[in-house]
Amino acid sequence: MSADFLYGIEVILNGLMAGVMYALVALGFVLIFKASGIFNFAQGVMALFAALTLVGIMEGQVPFSHLINEVFGTEVHHFGWHVPALLAIAITLFVMVAFAWAVQKFLFKHLVGQEPIILFMATIGLAYFLEGFGDLMWGSNIKTLNLGLPQGGSRVIEDMTAKLGGDDFYGFFIDKLDIVATGVAIVLVLSLICFSQFTKQGRAMRAVADDHQAALSVGISLNFIWVLVWSLAGLVALVAGVMWGAKSGVQFSLSLIALKALPVLMLGGFTSIPGAIVGGLIIGVGEKLFEYLIGPMVGGATENWFAYVLALAFLVFRPQGLFGEKIIERV
Amino acid sequence: MKLQTLTAVALSTALVSGSALADLVIPDLSYRTGPYAAGGTPFSDGFQDYLKMLNARDGGIGGEEIRILECETGYNTEKGVECYESTKGEGALIYQPLSTGITYQLIPKATADQIPLHTMGYGRTSASNGEVFNWVFNYPANYWDAAGVIVNYLLDENSGDLKDKDIALVYHNSAYGKEPIRTLEALAEIHGFNFKPIAVDHPGQEQKSQWLQIRRERPDYVLMWGWGVMNQVAIQEAANIGFPMENFIGNWWSGAEHDVTPAGAAANGYKSLNMNRIGDLPVFAEIKKHVHEEGNASGDGSNLGTVLYTRGMYAAMLAQEAIAKAQEIHGVADVTPVMVRDGMEALAISADRMTELGMENIGPEFSVSCEDHGGSGLGIVQQWDAGEGKWVALTDYIEPNDDVTGPLIDEDSAAFAKEAGITPGCYAG
Amino acid sequence: MFYREAGDFKTSYEADSQTFPIAFDRYRYWFVLAVAFLVIPFVINDYWANALLIPFLIYAIAAIGLNILTGYCGQVSLGTGAFMAVGAYACYKLMTAFPEINILLHILLSGVVTAVVGAAFGLPSLRIKGFYLAVATLAAQFFLVWLFNKVPWFYNNSASGQISAPERFVFDIAVTGPNTKAWAAYLVCLVFVTLSAIVARNLTRGSMGRRWMAIRDMDIAAEIIGVNPLKAKLSAFAVSSFFVGISGALFFAVYLGAVEVGEVFGINKSFLVLFMIIIGGLGSIFGAFAGAAFLVCLPVVLKVIGVDLFGWPPDLVAHFQLVIIGLLIMFFLIKEPHGLAQLWRVAKEKLRLWPFPY
Repeated sequence: MSADFLYGIEVILNGLMAGVMYALVALGFVLIFKASGIFNFAQGVMALFAALTLVGIMEGQVPFSHLINEVFGTEVHHFGWHVPALLAIAITLFVMVAFAWAVQKFLFKHLVGQEPIILFMATIGLAYFLEGFGDLMWGSNIKTLNLGLPQGGSRVIEDMTAKLGGDDFYGFFIDKLDIVATGVAIVLVLSLICFSQFTKQGRAMRAVADDHQAALSVGISLNFIWVLVWSLAGLVALVAGVMWGAKSGVQFSLSLIALKALPVLMLGGFTSIPGAIVGGLIIGVGEKLFEYLIGPMVGGATENWFAYVLALAFLVFRPQGLFGEKIIERV
Repeated sequence: MKLQTLTAVALSTALVSGSALADLVIPDLSYRTGPYAAGGTPFSDGFQDYLKMLNARDGGIGGEEIRILECETGYNTEKGVECYESTKGEGALIYQPLSTGITYQLIPKATADQIPLHTMGYGRTSASNGEVFNWVFNYPANYWDAAGVIVNYLLDENSGDLKDKDIALVYHNSAYGKEPIRTLEALAEIHGFNFKPIAVDHPGQEQKSQWLQIRRERPDYVLMWGWGVMNQVAIQEAANIGFPMENFIGNWWSGAEHDVTPAGAAANGYKSLNMNRIGDLPVFAEIKKHVHEEGNASGDGSNLGTVLYTRGMYAAMLAQEAIAKAQEIHGVADVTPVMVRDGMEALAISADRMTELGMENIGPEFSVSCEDHGGSGLGIVQQWDAGEGKWVALTDYIEPNDDVTGPLIDEDSAAFAKEAGITPGCYAG
Repeated sequence: MFYREAGDFKTSYEADSQTFPIAFDRYRYWFVLAVAFLVIPFVINDYWANALLIPFLIYAIAAIGLNILTGYCGQVSLGTGAFMAVGAYACYKLMTAFPEINILLHILLSGVVTAVVGAAFGLPSLRIKGFYLAVATLAAQFFLVWLFNKVPWFYNNSASGQISAPERFVFDIAVTGPNTKAWAAYLVCLVFVTLSAIVARNLTRGSMGRRWMAIRDMDIAAEIIGVNPLKAKLSAFAVSSFFVGISGALFFAVYLGAVEVGEVFGINKSFLVLFMIIIGGLGSIFGAFAGAAFLVCLPVVLKVIGVDLFGWPPDLVAHFQLVIIGLLIMFFLIKEPHGLAQLWRVAKEKLRLWPFPY
């Protein structure tokens, strides 16, 4: 096999891996949109906030230290302890659940029945708030995430596959972090599916997604379900924040990964969990392959816009996305 | 209505209190928020701490107290314009916009308002032609110098021969990232190396395609013009594909502590340019004594001695020297922006003076003239030692390629002069 | 008390359907215009112009444009930043290619160019709806920005990759370039804002606006009663982009003077303008002004209060600023989901009856 062909396969493999990373972000959007019809613009900032909180707790940082020092003239920065990773993750999840509860209690409870664009706008307000709040709480410097996640290309795969091509083929490059991310994503999706299929709350969640009023009339508490859904979105945000933060350090730009998830959502449909995964894979492969084949001819850096154009092309044929619920319009 | 009245009241009080004081006003357009906060915070800390130290120790410059006006730009052009307009009325002496975008806004504005701009190692490269850009100074070095310095360093490493070497440039797909391409293309022709630019789109969190391409093509060297999250991801990805880190060289905005620490031990050996010396300087002790121990540290005080802190301090020192020069030329302590411009144009930084200031060898020796606002353009190469957790200077100051960049600067500044209707010539009051 | 409506009788249909049917509103409108045209230019300084008024006016045009598309025709767009960039680059190319032609004409032509581009990118709206369309317009956003960055023709091969506005004159008074006086720049923007608002107001209450609103309220029903969705949607995209293009041209030529596309016309700009119309009120010209004023002035006000009055460190103020803006957006939405314009309407109804509530 020629080296170019093999490299093409390598690009596809890496595209699939990148797609999983996109899908991780997109999942959070889908969960909330499906259950409450809210397009949650704050999902990216939630990922940032969750990752910041995790690092802050692990490093024993004092929350709001800059503010406290400014107001009281003190010099506190660290508690001087390090929290083990698992405990820190548990505390972070607790924070995200508290956040979900607060969002429901103070914001969306008052906005029940509003138009989608108003709800969307409310999540924008939430995004502003959370961004400033996260900065105030943990500071705006770049933090290193020490969860012990593996990094770097897998030597084993590289050596095993190096013989496939000629001298100018060096074997497939697969990032170990991506393998872990894929595993985590599979576990996450499977447990979400199990949760929604086989537990009482999961069934209630699906009932709410189907029809709010019918669910309400059989005694399901909408309030509880929405808190649950936002908590789950918080969990997904934490996973996405950790995976992306392992690469770049935890910093403000993490909130921008939401932009990578939008074409995935469009393609997969806003309401489908499998759609988010399949959409992610298609976008990942599509943009990487385009950059590999066509990119050099037009000067490169095409990925950002090509993902959207690709999704757009799919939408022209299926306006509700690949797995979205068919839009039925009646007069 | 209420808000507007409030602003009006607030603004007028601010303006009134400002004009009553006669002191040296130095604005600091910082960015401690937003995507680039990690770079902006230490720079601004160093800039302010040094000036505060001068106030505390020497009572300012030439006996005149310094007043720092910090204004948060968030690296955003419109906020930068707002900051400029809100501080210029208070008699600001010199602006350091700290962003290429804001610099381009301010070049025409500051020229019209007659306030000097100092863009240290960023901004418009051709501004080093002082005959066209009377009010803009970009000493001690610019991006085109940086490209020359890197190539000269590589020449040195390869005993003067780069023929048929492959050199790739990973760049931020913006005006800033595209800066070195022309210089590198010209140098590629002279030295016979193969040059390949590889663009990374903003913000640069996902660079897999670019690094797979580098892995396929195995260039001998990879240069980087990155900023923000792009730096951290690029260093991580380079380590992932097993690219030899000592052949990966960033420019001076891609070589601070926070760029390499997220990648941990994998970043060991990564090199970058720097326009200023790093390491322990006597002046840090002074800052500690007069500023930090008094509880006046800017920010949280944790950045003392980092790469960008030192650079911010260096920028403040250059401003101090320019103001001192202006005081010397004009014989008054309370100088105006126009006088500071004269001071900048007559600026000469000698090794003795730097030692005297407690910053031995912090920058190259250089002097500014009416024709040349660009300084010497010298830079050093530094390397990250992940074990020790610090940058180590590898070389002494390296010369750029003035004979290559000179004609490019003349060409670009001539084009600007034509577009803006400027007749080149020295500023004559 | 404030509104004395007794005796304000309408004797013709024209009088009854005018924009400000209440005499007091009409006087106030003329008063605001008179202050804006005859008083402010004489008292304005660089700070007020460049920090508040000019950006406010330019964003108001962009918000009017987007409001036509989103508020009146119901098509959510996130491509505003890119369409502003089209206006800016069209203006730059026209300014440098035909320096002898009047700059005001160039700005108008930039609007026309943007209208054509906008209509082309509006084509997917015929198939795609709602949030799917919003995300689809992001394709335009990213593609156009990439294009302007990549093709040197757009920035005349300049080494810096930025475009900068050369000096141009109207009646021998500089309106672009470094020597522009604050009042001149302000007046140019004001003229365009006033004209845009008048044109937009009259378009939206004419037959075209009714077609747009029919599409917004339910496009299938509108189609059945004889509104051509192709024409209605594309005309909304074209008209909206026309205004957005003008605002982009002004933003570049009059306000900033030099622009790098990714930094100035990035995705953030698209979101910002969308926030303006939602906060201000969808489907209202006044809402466009209110939203623009809110998002342009509020950060400055907060900064002035925090930094200058309380003397807090600027970074804390900047973080608090985000928290406060976020809280205010949520608060307003809970109190009045239909934006500042609705708040204004409610207040006005109260005032008309005041002091006798019933």
